[in-house]
Amino acid sequence: MENCKKLAKQIRIDSIRMTNNGKSGHVGSMLSMADMIAVLYEKILNVDPKNPKMPDRDRFVLSKGHAGAAVYSALANKGFIPRDWLMTYYCDNGKLMGHISHKVPGVEFSTGSLGHGLPVAVGMAIAARYAKSDRRIICMSSDGDMNEGSTWEAIMFAAQEKLSNLTLVIDYNQVQALGHSEEVIDLRDLKAKLENFGWSACEIDGHNLDEIYASFSSLPHKEGKPTAIIAHTIKCKGIPALEDTVKSHYRFIPDEDIEQVIKKIEEEE
Amino acid sequence: MRAVFNKTLLEIAKKDPRIHMVLADIGYGEIEPFRDAFPDRYYNVGVAEQNMTGVACGIAMEGNISITYSIANFPTLRCLEQIRNDVCYHNANVKIVIIGGGVSYGPLGMSHHSTEDIAIMRALPNMVVVVPCDNYEAVAATHAMIEYDGPLYYRCGYKGEKDIHSGPVDFKIGKAITVREGSDVTLMFAGPVGLNVVHAADILAKEGISCRIVSMHTIKPIDKEAIIDASKNTGGIITIEEHNLSGGLGGAVSEVICDEHLSPKVFKRIALPDVNVALIGHQEWIRDQFGMSAEGIAKQIKEAIQK
Repeated sequence: MENCKKLAKQIRIDSIRMTNNGKSGHVGSMLSMADMIAVLYEKILNVDPKNPKMPDRDRFVLSKGHAGAAVYSALANKGFIPRDWLMTYYCDNGKLMGHISHKVPGVEFSTGSLGHGLPVAVGMAIAARYAKSDRRIICMSSDGDMNEGSTWEAIMFAAQEKLSNLTLVIDYNQVQALGHSEEVIDLRDLKAKLENFGWSACEIDGHNLDEIYASFSSLPHKEGKPTAIIAHTIKCKGIPALEDTVKSHYRFIPDEDIEQVIKKIEEEE
Repeated sequence: MRAVFNKTLLEIAKKDPRIHMVLADIGYGEIEPFRDAFPDRYYNVGVAEQNMTGVACGIAMEGNISITYSIANFPTLRCLEQIRNDVCYHNANVKIVIIGGGVSYGPLGMSHHSTEDIAIMRALPNMVVVVPCDNYEAVAATHAMIEYDGPLYYRCGYKGEKDIHSGPVDFKIGKAITVREGSDVTLMFAGPVGLNVVHAADILAKEGISCRIVSMHTIKPIDKEAIIDASKNTGGIITIEEHNLSGGLGGAVSEVICDEHLSPKVFKRIALPDVNVALIGHQEWIRDQFGMSAEGIAKQIKEAIQK
């Protein structure tokens, strides 16, 4: 897991530097899923940086497209794209746009408006079944994404189709654009909800690398059902002053604080 | 026309295993042969058009051809962002088919009138927009739709449409079909309302007015050459469509007239006014209320060319 830990740290540092350089937001959303993205790209996804369109690769769809910089970082660190692309994020004539884009090698699908990822992932899962391929389709969602009606349309249909090649990971940091989820749309017992909708659902600590790996490496959790992994995370995990805050959805770390913030992440055990 | 579409699609799908149908619980009495022939390529997502479009896109992203199919505005406006962001941005091979373009569903009311669809669909990058006018065009357009690699919007009629063409047509996306030659004015129409246009031209012929009649079955890409030729070599252009006055065929033709610096002697758009159609009645009756019966069209043409 040492590599995962290293990659997670690098994703956090890259995300902080990229958003600082681009003067853009969403750093909190990137840091909350950084550990899971690290495990996915380090140990789970069957993808090849030399052949990003390899037919039977696993498909990873980031439905919370606003956190795309964390995936760009993973792709750069795994050799899909040059590392010097990262500092063009959010910049004029840059290589990396603010929301995740399929124009970038290794990115499966562009999102940005919420509620789009899971329906497409369901279609990809159906296509994989039709092609008799054992590739897996993993979609990463968020609190806000779980507000969208289209997400729940897809949840119902995936269960109806018994898509056990489909996994929905919910980066459940419980903070969304205008407040804590409890105050906006309280999803209450999400595990029970998803189970009622016909999914196999579990809850994990989305910052515990061993737990993430154990859950991600045992898919599907139940044959004949799609798997939902509700990952309890902390928005902006790694920057204590901004952890679990709404403002971390909008802020970038200013120049005067950035080195100190990064030093702390580097030193973290 | 919907029966012809479904029959043709079924025949093509027998030879093309890439074709998948993704439905949103609409199609009773028409889609069952496809469902029964290809259960592994048929999906009913329930009444959920956003998911229908997203799922269709995901299937198409993997080298397949997805057909979404429903009535009126359900597979277009209800899921417009999925069409824009998912289908068009990824240039996915998704075909969006509606049954009942215009006011085909008459008495069902405003919710079931598809009267702004052409304007909205043609504004989307990568989207092709086809509007077949009769059974011959419907068959040919279905073949062209599958042969075309990319997003395409197919505005189908409903049922019982009479044919405008006398036999199979040479249908090429973006290439208008001349139904009848004439010189005093060119009548450019899209869709089954074209039958009223032909009858209007018959009325005018008796009065010595010679009309060229052109089926503009593709609204995007529009056939510029047909518009240029009509502008230069006939007495003007009148467009006729069962669609809001804004942004449809008439809008597309007028854009070409402006961009190409054309000066047709006459130009007029016959279309539905910019209102929510709340009249209660069947398609032909509603057409008549808005001057789109054969007689109404003939009257408007005559007024336009005699000004």
